[in-house]
Amino acid sequence: MKSRLSSKLNSLKKRDKKAMGIFLTSGFPTPSDTNQLLKAVDQGGADFIELGMPHSDPLAEGLPIQYSSATALRSGTTMKTTLEAVNNFRQTSDTPLLLMGYINPILKFGIAKFCEHASACGADGLIIPDLPPQEASLLQEEAHKNGLGLVFLVAPNTSTERMKQIDQLSDGFVYCISITGLTGSELRGQQNSINSYLEHARQVITHNHLMVGFGIQSSADASQLSKHTDGFIVGSAVIKEIERLWASQEIPLPDRQEALVEFVRSLKQS
Amino acid sequence: MSYDAPNQNGRFGPYGGAFVPEILIPELNALEEAFEQSWADESFLNQYRCLLHSYVGRPTSLTYAERLSHELGRGQIFLKREDLCHSGAHKINNTIGQILIARHMGKTRIIAETGAGQHGVATATIAARFGMTCIIYMGAEDMSRQALNVKRMRLLGAEVRPTTCGSQTLKDATNEAIRDWVSNPRDTFYIIGSVVGPHPYPKMVRTFQSVIGEEVHSQLRQLSSKAVPDVLVACVGGGSNAIGLFYPFIDYQDVTMYGVEAAGEGLHGRHAATLSTGDIGVLHGAMSYLLQDEDGQISLAHSISAGLDYPGVGPEHSWLKDIGRVKYISETDHAALRAVSLLSRTEGIIPALETAHAIAALEKVVNEVDTDSVIVVNCSGRGDKDMQTIMEHDEITTIF
Repeated sequence: MKSRLSSKLNSLKKRDKKAMGIFLTSGFPTPSDTNQLLKAVDQGGADFIELGMPHSDPLAEGLPIQYSSATALRSGTTMKTTLEAVNNFRQTSDTPLLLMGYINPILKFGIAKFCEHASACGADGLIIPDLPPQEASLLQEEAHKNGLGLVFLVAPNTSTERMKQIDQLSDGFVYCISITGLTGSELRGQQNSINSYLEHARQVITHNHLMVGFGIQSSADASQLSKHTDGFIVGSAVIKEIERLWASQEIPLPDRQEALVEFVRSLKQS
Repeated sequence: MSYDAPNQNGRFGPYGGAFVPEILIPELNALEEAFEQSWADESFLNQYRCLLHSYVGRPTSLTYAERLSHELGRGQIFLKREDLCHSGAHKINNTIGQILIARHMGKTRIIAETGAGQHGVATATIAARFGMTCIIYMGAEDMSRQALNVKRMRLLGAEVRPTTCGSQTLKDATNEAIRDWVSNPRDTFYIIGSVVGPHPYPKMVRTFQSVIGEEVHSQLRQLSSKAVPDVLVACVGGGSNAIGLFYPFIDYQDVTMYGVEAAGEGLHGRHAATLSTGDIGVLHGAMSYLLQDEDGQISLAHSISAGLDYPGVGPEHSWLKDIGRVKYISETDHAALRAVSLLSRTEGIIPALETAHAIAALEKVVNEVDTDSVIVVNCSGRGDKDMQTIMEHDEITTIF
């Protein structure tokens, strides 16, 4: 993996700080908003950013990201506009950025071409939820050739042995899905059982940093769930906040952006 | 060399595989193990065969279509009467197999997707038979096209959940069913209705549907001088009735096979002819041909028949196309409606709109094969469920 993500995560770990990853859907609400939104979450203190490449059939997503993906596609988001957004962001920030999305748009774009472009635009890695390790050979070689890390996911029902394999394959961090569910799921008081799974994952996964995601809505959720991990990822809650803020078009744009900066900042407090 | 796809990774050539979220991987592994174990277990097989016999009414007839053959002027056409299966289509062969696996795995909750409602009805039927909770995902658009089947499912005790996102058809109902499974992997069994989805589904569904072709093989010997048919014809949406008919004959190289897709309004308009016009991609967990735009977003399919209205196709069909083992052709909405009328009038059999695509193709097929060819068409479902749609097109289906 390019040193940007690893060195960021290493340096946070040295200082005993938890990393915060923030997910945004590229092109939501419209492609022209993405640059400003990336800046806002960067300013709000995201230690790394996941930029979602919207897909028409996002299987692992709950309603907020289903909605943001459909809205982004309707407003003209394409792989090209997403890569342009990465490129723009990289002109002014060194915050690590991973592209997250489904395999089909990448296949259609062309795997080699996609990896070359993503890398040239300044992306650091890829998270592809419908590309489990046994199918990853499709993408692995080109990703590595272009210095893109591949982040794999584990879930509460992943066996110990498989967690070890995933730890070997993953670059930068392993993404721990908090619950067996979709993005944006309610944690519904399952924090204790999630924590014992994360504690187990922490013991098994030794090569990589651990990030927990799915269902984290507040700084309280974040601090509770990152006891055993190196950090946390927030997606749906940020999308819902953007949806709420951008529905109020009477509020001037800079104020909406500032409100998003504050929201992101608030997730990290504690 | 005999045909041996899929390999142990669930690949039919480059197609198939399991492109799913990590949460489903342990479930798919457990399913594969349960399926392989069960299929090798004599008591499971007895139970499965017994249900097919006493509950579904198998073997279904192989009917010589004398007047249809005469009308088309060439070939001896036989109909494999899956329309006579309990619940009205071949779908129940598969749902019985899968629910037995679900019980073997200790699952308590059944979910399924449905397009035309036939798979939903077949799932609700068998869930009622075994007293299991059953939730059916169905596109809101399909629910209005197939109101009768919605009522049937509810009568059978299933909860029918409308899918209002996307195209509100089979594709989106499948997305919702997968999302449900991702959210409830421990107690839930997902009964997929076609030879689509991640490994091991395409292989498992093929296995359960192969009873169609196996019966044809033994029945034909009694009805004709030929040991194997010359030609097989079946409609292809996801492709389960076609695979069920084709697979037992796949190593008989002299058997010519035709898969008939839905050309909708015509291949230059809206259609669902995935193999005829699509390109390679990943949808619902498998690599296969699919209908997509230049940015890799899945296109909306169209067919008058809700069961064929799907922008993907089973990965095995993609492979059979590439290796040239099956010829894939397509028929329009209009031709299918005319074929409903043709089969009703000549044989006294009202076919489902899906099946009607296979009937419609016969006109072309008989002209491509020898005059005395034995042609077996999979009469995959009955048309009662489609009467509303058929009535809306009276000008095509009424000849008097």
